[in-house]
Amino acid sequence: MSLVSVEGLSVRYGANTVLHRVDMTIEPGEIVTIVGPNGSGKTSLLRAIIGATRPVAGRVVKKPGLKIGYVPQKLHIDPTLPISVERFMRLTNRVSQQHCVDALDSAGVPDLLKRQMSQLSGGQFQRVLLARALIDRPDVLLLDEATQGLDQRGSAAFYQQIEAVRRETGCAILMISHELHVVMSASDRVICLNGHVCCEGSPAVVASAPEYRALFGTGTGGALALYRHHHDHHHDHSEDPKEAAQ
Amino acid sequence: MLDDFMTRATLAGVGVAFAAAPLGCFVVWRRMAYFGDATAHAAILGVALSLTFQMSIFAGALAVALVMALTVTLLAGRGYAMDTLLGVLAHSALAFGLVAVSFLSGVRIDLMAYLFGDILAVSRADLAVIWGGAALVVALIAWRWSQLLTATLNEELAYASGFDPKREQLILTLALAVTVAVAIKVVGVLLIAAMLIIPAAAARSLARSPESMALIAAVIGAFSAVAGLRSAYVFDTPAGPSIVCVAAILFACLSFIGWRSRHGARFILF
Repeated sequence: MSLVSVEGLSVRYGANTVLHRVDMTIEPGEIVTIVGPNGSGKTSLLRAIIGATRPVAGRVVKKPGLKIGYVPQKLHIDPTLPISVERFMRLTNRVSQQHCVDALDSAGVPDLLKRQMSQLSGGQFQRVLLARALIDRPDVLLLDEATQGLDQRGSAAFYQQIEAVRRETGCAILMISHELHVVMSASDRVICLNGHVCCEGSPAVVASAPEYRALFGTGTGGALALYRHHHDHHHDHSEDPKEAAQ
Repeated sequence: MLDDFMTRATLAGVGVAFAAAPLGCFVVWRRMAYFGDATAHAAILGVALSLTFQMSIFAGALAVALVMALTVTLLAGRGYAMDTLLGVLAHSALAFGLVAVSFLSGVRIDLMAYLFGDILAVSRADLAVIWGGAALVVALIAWRWSQLLTATLNEELAYASGFDPKREQLILTLALAVTVAVAIKVVGVLLIAAMLIIPAAAARSLARSPESMALIAAVIGAFSAVAGLRSAYVFDTPAGPSIVCVAAILFACLSFIGWRSRHGARFILF
């Protein structure tokens, strides 16, 4: 069975419908990327999957005993809170120190164990978050704009790390990103979201979907040529949740 | 031993310091300083109510502090910013409390005793309430320590780890109400927030882990209580404010030492 299956999910904040009947699944071992413009409900979808947002309709079905590793979009640690990398990693996971060392190794940042979180650079911080998410050997890893604040080289290296993690541990990965070219080449499947699922397909198929172009323009060039989409539904904007809400 | 009022006062001060230390750390980390203030101000309304209905001050203050804390938690994020909401509720509660007290004819109330505390008048029964409340708060926070820390770091991280950060917030809120209620006699409504924040903030420059920060804050708070009472006795100054003054001086010294060690030898000549 699927690790996670989202069925007819609708999420509303006040009068504002941010997700409208979204269906999607995550299968074991695959890398799925959600792309979409700002306000398209990407983060809400992820929040609904971890149970932080209660849907108004539909449901999220998780495989029994599913272990989720979560890498948040941004994690601000107040400078008044002293905490070492080791303490942070062992906060909710009852794991040995050796486990922490291994997880930091596989996230590409060995030797940080005794450092204070406040002393880390942006890149190191994100990798420690990744290591923390991996420590409990999750079945699925969720990343919410995990490369925010990293430069291009940094985020390319980060995605390579993600692919390495999948190769080594076989865990499924669901990520949100706005860095279309980097992300899509690493993905098995791309879901284009704009309140609802606009289009979905493998990046081996070229990205020529009109909905996709409508959202991101055609200027993004060659990288998008990897992604093709079989246009199977009519785009009726009267159903667009943003317009419907106004 | 408990017959001596100074001994009782010292024990009361140390009890409050122990409860305030770990809770104060969370107040500092989560930037809830104003939340502690607001809960404390609301407690004066509780004092007025308990005098009206002739129940214990502790019960009245606890009830109002709880209602206040829960109201704020519920209303947060619904239209008004948190600090606006707290400002409205805290000062309204304080004003209603003061007005309510003025209606109490025939009862002579020393309002100053509730605003600034009257630690020297602590009775054995008060001592039991203070230490009972402090033990409850410390036990509650110790029990939920990892979850509270995770929820403080990041809400989504808490959800992904399988627990509800709103419940953890509620636990902190309850602990805060209990602390305010037990501390009202010791340092008074106006200085409770000081006992929460100053020892925790002073501990920061020495601490390398969240746990050590809470422990160091407890030591600083307890020392402030003992030294503050002693100096109040020697210099004939008000007891509650003297405790806070000692804590504030410790904060200044420790912050300076922390700053010096961070900036290394360049400033060693100063």
